[in-house]
Amino acid sequence: MSLLKLDSLTKQFGGLTAVKEFSTGLEAGELCALIGPNGSGKTTIFNLITGIYTPTSGTVTFNGQDITGWRPDRITACGIARTFQNIRLFKGLNVLENVVVGKHLRLKSDPFSATFHLPNYRREDEAMFAEGLELLDSLGLSRLAYEAPTSLPYGEQRKLEIARALATDPKLLLLDEPAAGMSPTDSEELMVFITHILKTYKLTILLIEHQMRVVMGICPRIIAIDHGETIAEGTPEYIQNHPKVIEAYLGVADYA
Amino acid sequence: MKKRRNLILTLAALILFGGFLYYAQHTFNPYILRILNLCAVFTIFAVTFNLIFGYTGQFSLGHAGFAAVGAYVAALLTMSAAQKSANFFLKPIISPLANVEIPFLPALLLAGLFASVVGSLVAWPALRLRGDYLAIATLGFSEIIRILLVNLQPITNGALGLKGIPSYTNLYWSWGAALVCIFIIKSLINTSYGRAMSAIRDDEVAAEALGVSLFKHKMMAFAVSAFFVGVAGALMANLISTIDPKVFLFFLTYQIVGITVMGGMGSLTGSTIAAILYTVFLEALRPIESPFTIGPLNIPGIPGMRMVLFSILLLTVILFYRRGLMGTNEFSWDWLIGLFHRKDTALAAPTGGAEK
Repeated sequence: MSLLKLDSLTKQFGGLTAVKEFSTGLEAGELCALIGPNGSGKTTIFNLITGIYTPTSGTVTFNGQDITGWRPDRITACGIARTFQNIRLFKGLNVLENVVVGKHLRLKSDPFSATFHLPNYRREDEAMFAEGLELLDSLGLSRLAYEAPTSLPYGEQRKLEIARALATDPKLLLLDEPAAGMSPTDSEELMVFITHILKTYKLTILLIEHQMRVVMGICPRIIAIDHGETIAEGTPEYIQNHPKVIEAYLGVADYA
Repeated sequence: MKKRRNLILTLAALILFGGFLYYAQHTFNPYILRILNLCAVFTIFAVTFNLIFGYTGQFSLGHAGFAAVGAYVAALLTMSAAQKSANFFLKPIISPLANVEIPFLPALLLAGLFASVVGSLVAWPALRLRGDYLAIATLGFSEIIRILLVNLQPITNGALGLKGIPSYTNLYWSWGAALVCIFIIKSLINTSYGRAMSAIRDDEVAAEALGVSLFKHKMMAFAVSAFFVGVAGALMANLISTIDPKVFLFFLTYQIVGITVMGGMGSLTGSTIAAILYTVFLEALRPIESPFTIGPLNIPGIPGMRMVLFSILLLTVILFYRRGLMGTNEFSWDWLIGLFHRKDTALAAPTGGAEK
């Protein structure tokens, strides 16, 4: 049974159909890329999965449960985490606190025992920070734990966003253009980083990228979309040579 | 080690502050006492506003309404039956309220609870809105509360207001409540729930994607805030002993926003200092509202001149000093001791050492 199943998802904004009858499935442990030109509906699909948008029609099934139209925080609680195309870190909190916020949804103590720092809360709080530090450490960010997130270099901010998403203990991680704005070398390094966390945290990853070259090396399966519709799905070689993909990216040769 | 030292210092400061309150309560004249009490009331107003806006990022303008609820609840619960029948001469008060008279502490708590419930009821629909829209909606609710006070004559005595509320409020009550309020809000901010609130302030979409329930945390900020605002309203009612719906015009909220901005969004120390400075200066500036002469210029007394000055001050802060007095910094013993270590010049603590 697949971990995530999208069944003819459609999203319309007024007269514009951003996503049209999109269906796919993700097996546990898979690393899959979603590619397509600008405005082809990639981020909209992410927003539909994570509950930021409610689909006009179609269903999202995660782990055998229909999560269509759930609130984003409940979807995160059942095991889907995401990052954003434009970095969205919490500027008022330091790096470690940014990660620890991701642990908040697993907190059991009620606000009362938290406010009065009762022993059960103190234990949980300490554990949250210890786990947060451990996570930062395993991603090579622990030396920055007490820095302001805005003072980090761009690449590290991207990594911190991934670390923060990992703090929620996800089964499925959605990465929205993690390599956006990075140099080719940096993006290759990031892809290695992504394959590393895929194995270490036993994740399933769906990632958006619009430069095909970046994902070719690491993703065994690629879904290409244009105008909200799947145009091709398969191995990198298959996608690379698919006429519709070439058409979507380069346009049709017209020698008439 | 450091923790222990800070705890001892905090306790010492509290005892000193308590001593000061005792001394003040027994020696100062009623005028000064009233100003000191008002300082505490405005401290609560500013600190609670900071929780909603400075820490949770929700621009709510409902403070005057919540304060009104607290003030009326406490007033009606503490007034004697005879006072009530003297007040309600147009239309008698509804029967169960006519004979209720309870001690101050339960009245304060009930005022807080009632305001908290009203605050939550207001927040429920309003929290679907963001930014300016939330501000407009909460402002509207605050006005609705005031209009209800004017028109629910058998309960609130309408526009006539309530007179002869027993003046129970003294420095122990007012500053005691302020300290409890600062302590609880500070503790709440330092928890995981507080971090989640800050996350909402910084980026709602990201916070929700990390599993933070927006509704639950905003609601929590509103309920806690409104509780203490209600208590502060009650303290105010039992301090000035006369209230009517006009006390709770939008102007009250405006003052609270101004104080909090001047103190620094996200600093409880700043809110406390600004509330005290504001209350004291407002009294100190009273002479400029009476006629005076500068050289050949004869200036007649203009009521409201102080408010003109206040607005100019607020504008200056917003234009040139956006972080306010304290920015997001808090008073701490480590900071104070560090200050002494660096240079041995004696510097006084900014407040009575109320903060940890």
